[in-house]
Amino acid sequence: MSSYEARFQVWRGDEQGGGLEDFTVEVNDGEVVLDIVHRLQATQAPDLAVRWNCKAGKCGSCSAEINGRPRLMCMTRMSVFDRAETVTITPLRAFPVIRDLVTDVGFNYEKAREVPAFVPPSGLGPGEYRMFQEDVDRAQEFRKCIECFLCQNTCHVVRDHEENKQAFAGPRYLMRVAELDMHPLDAAAETGLERSRTAQDDHGLGYCNITKCCTEVCPEGIRITDNALIPLKERAVDRKYDPLVWLGAKIRRRPAEGRAPAGD
Amino acid sequence: MAAVERQQWDVVVVGAGGAGLRAAIEARERGARTAVICKSLFGKAHTVMAEGGIAAAMANANEHDTWQVHFRDTLRGGKFLNQWRMAELHAQEAPDRVWELETWGALFDRTKDGRISQRNFGGHEYPRLAHVGDRTGLELIRTLQQKTVALQQEDFRETGDYESRLKVFQECTVTRILKDTASDSGSAAGRVSGVFAYDRETGRFFVLEAPAVVLATGGIGKSFKVTSNSWEYTGDGHALALLAGAPLLNMEFVQFHPTGMVWPPSVKGILVTESVRGDGGVLRNSEGKRFMFDYVPDVFKEKYAESEEEADRWYEDPDRNRRPPELLPRDEVARAINAEVKAGRGSPHGGVFLDVSTRMPAEVIRRRLPSMYHQFKELADVDITAEAMEVGPTCHYVMGGVAVDSDTAAARGVPGLYAAGEVAGGMHGSNRLGGNSLSDLLVFGRRAGWHAAEYARALAGRRPPVDDVQVDAAAAEALRPFSAEAGGDGETVSPENPYTLHQELQQAMNDLVGIIRREGEMEQALHKLAELRARARRAGVEGHRQFNPGWHLALDLRNMLLVSECVARAALERTESRGGHTREDHPAMDRAWRNVNLLCTLADPAGGLAAADPARGQIRLARETTEPIRPDLLALFEKEELVKYLAEEELYE
Repeated sequence: MSSYEARFQVWRGDEQGGGLEDFTVEVNDGEVVLDIVHRLQATQAPDLAVRWNCKAGKCGSCSAEINGRPRLMCMTRMSVFDRAETVTITPLRAFPVIRDLVTDVGFNYEKAREVPAFVPPSGLGPGEYRMFQEDVDRAQEFRKCIECFLCQNTCHVVRDHEENKQAFAGPRYLMRVAELDMHPLDAAAETGLERSRTAQDDHGLGYCNITKCCTEVCPEGIRITDNALIPLKERAVDRKYDPLVWLGAKIRRRPAEGRAPAGD
Repeated sequence: MAAVERQQWDVVVVGAGGAGLRAAIEARERGARTAVICKSLFGKAHTVMAEGGIAAAMANANEHDTWQVHFRDTLRGGKFLNQWRMAELHAQEAPDRVWELETWGALFDRTKDGRISQRNFGGHEYPRLAHVGDRTGLELIRTLQQKTVALQQEDFRETGDYESRLKVFQECTVTRILKDTASDSGSAAGRVSGVFAYDRETGRFFVLEAPAVVLATGGIGKSFKVTSNSWEYTGDGHALALLAGAPLLNMEFVQFHPTGMVWPPSVKGILVTESVRGDGGVLRNSEGKRFMFDYVPDVFKEKYAESEEEADRWYEDPDRNRRPPELLPRDEVARAINAEVKAGRGSPHGGVFLDVSTRMPAEVIRRRLPSMYHQFKELADVDITAEAMEVGPTCHYVMGGVAVDSDTAAARGVPGLYAAGEVAGGMHGSNRLGGNSLSDLLVFGRRAGWHAAEYARALAGRRPPVDDVQVDAAAAEALRPFSAEAGGDGETVSPENPYTLHQELQQAMNDLVGIIRREGEMEQALHKLAELRARARRAGVEGHRQFNPGWHLALDLRNMLLVSECVARAALERTESRGGHTREDHPAMDRAWRNVNLLCTLADPAGGLAAADPARGQIRLARETTEPIRPDLLALFEKEELVKYLAEEELYE
């Protein structure tokens, strides 16, 4: 067990502005960046604002940018840095700062509300759902998402283009559309809701030019681009340009239009 | 008087984990305008960390499973101290609560014929846990979160406002339950009239006026040094209930999960799911011995394998072999690990070895235990497909909690107050089985939301008024840490650092009221708590009210100190060992204690803390005899088994 003094720079401030503050702080074997932030709170800066919960990479609360890279502080071990290196922690850049490392992530919650919920199949009661593992595998991958919003933060469509936020749901919520689209029993289509089409028309899928930045930062290793966004683009294109698919969708949709959505 | 914003709601739910969200969904579906208050962001609650699964007798994996078998397992796990009606409702309703999640979009792992897959777990006779790999809690919280959003979308279509009937106040903390005064209610206790809260982001105070409040705040683990619990687990709901005049039940029962990480130090306590053992993992000591065979207690002798060969056969042929002793209830396994380490047969970092690498092919491990693989790889440089994990006990769950009515989840003694999930007591008796927590959240979350909504409806038009004096007092209490330097009694004393106080509290509870307890140490703990209580009144903070973690911790200390005192006092009183309460000086389970509940109440019935005598403490303890177990439920057990638990006079009634 060996400990050393590390140099840190932590962004401190609020919506009015702020800057990097220097700290020298003890680091012990096996520690992660979040341990160091906690030590700063306990010994040098009791009012240093930071979000965290589980400290085990499961809740997605402690997202920040460490040396400019979007990461979870609880899953970034100090051993990945050179001991002489100064470690810089800044808040997520795509969201407005509230205080220190805490940002206003309300954008994500707004976008979550804009994705229509799962539509239960009519005629199947609780306990009657039958799905096969190979059919739920794809959607389950997306449900591993811990909503750390690192993908939302890193996506260049919004990272430096505030104006795109209105029209673009971001990788996390496009993936949510893909997840529902791939759910074996989602009955949205029967109510006239074509999920892949809404991805294009309502959630800004067209802005995505598959640079895979979202996939690279995902702490859960979800292949967002390859497994969610690209298939969604393919399906959206099929619907849009294939006259037969288009016609089929139209015909299927008509009888359902007068019907209330299934469920409660 | 402080200018404090006020809003009116029908039901306020404190906490947005599994129980809180399930309660909120139920209350809203029954027509109550419902507000949810949570300390973290929406969707981050501690439920997210639950790994193994949801116990429910759906009989998908073994056709013999029924609610009666589940009920039996639950009572055995809790050593027959469970509030039996809760255990009955829980076992009966759990399958419906799981199936309901599917209709809200949950995607569980599947059996070959397309139903919900169920896995083995400690203390459960059959494979019973619905699961999603080892991230079941995430699936649960996300499904409830998305159902909440679905209801908000419905409300938006009708009213143009997503939050007209169901609103989540995220990153807000409740510090007091408000009640009407005796003269308003005509009863001495007073009825719930709302909550006092602050917004963590801005530091702004607000009051939600509501006739019904559901506590769903989870547990108390942050009072212990080594814990699997997140920072939110500061016993808020337990303390709020006490301060409102409601009793807490059996607080001595704290579950130490047998398998937490032990190295590196910064991750000590982080949970290693019981699924590792459920799926075939074994425990070994430094001599390579599967030591659990030496620790099967008498009450479980007939149900567990006596040889490694039999235990290994059980995974393939459970009908003709007995289960491995690694799958004993958690209290038994935690004590065994503790004993092995103490006897000098521990692993290099003070735990024991948990091994799956020699039991399953690497790709099976990665598929069934992906989070564990990831967690050890990332945080400890250990590849669990190639080497054993080092694990040891970690404070995980409190069985004790708010004393509630089994059917309605209503807190005793305070009309309008409800509690569900970990904050409620009784359901799990002296020890909870793995998997019974997530099902508890759903079953009793729903019941609490249902009855809170009905109670609120009955009071429509004559809601208990909020007492301004209480609002002012709550505001003054919350602001106290900012003026701590002045010194409460005119003396000039330096303020205390809340982080230091918290660390001392955690160390004391860990060392003195931990997994193995002794009379002298618990008395010492009570003295330490008295000292910390006095110092906590001088806890001071720097900076201002906007997102100030030091201030938040200073306020949470009140709750941790109250709850810790309950644990220590009750643990000192109960002179036997049972479930999550192990006395070195009283090592045996005593049948005379089987039907005894210990109730903690606040010494000052008015909810005051200032006048509390430092030595005598803030908590009063009382014993009560539990209601006899209903005969048809007792008849589910063999007489030979009952004699091990029940006192003579209970058997012949």
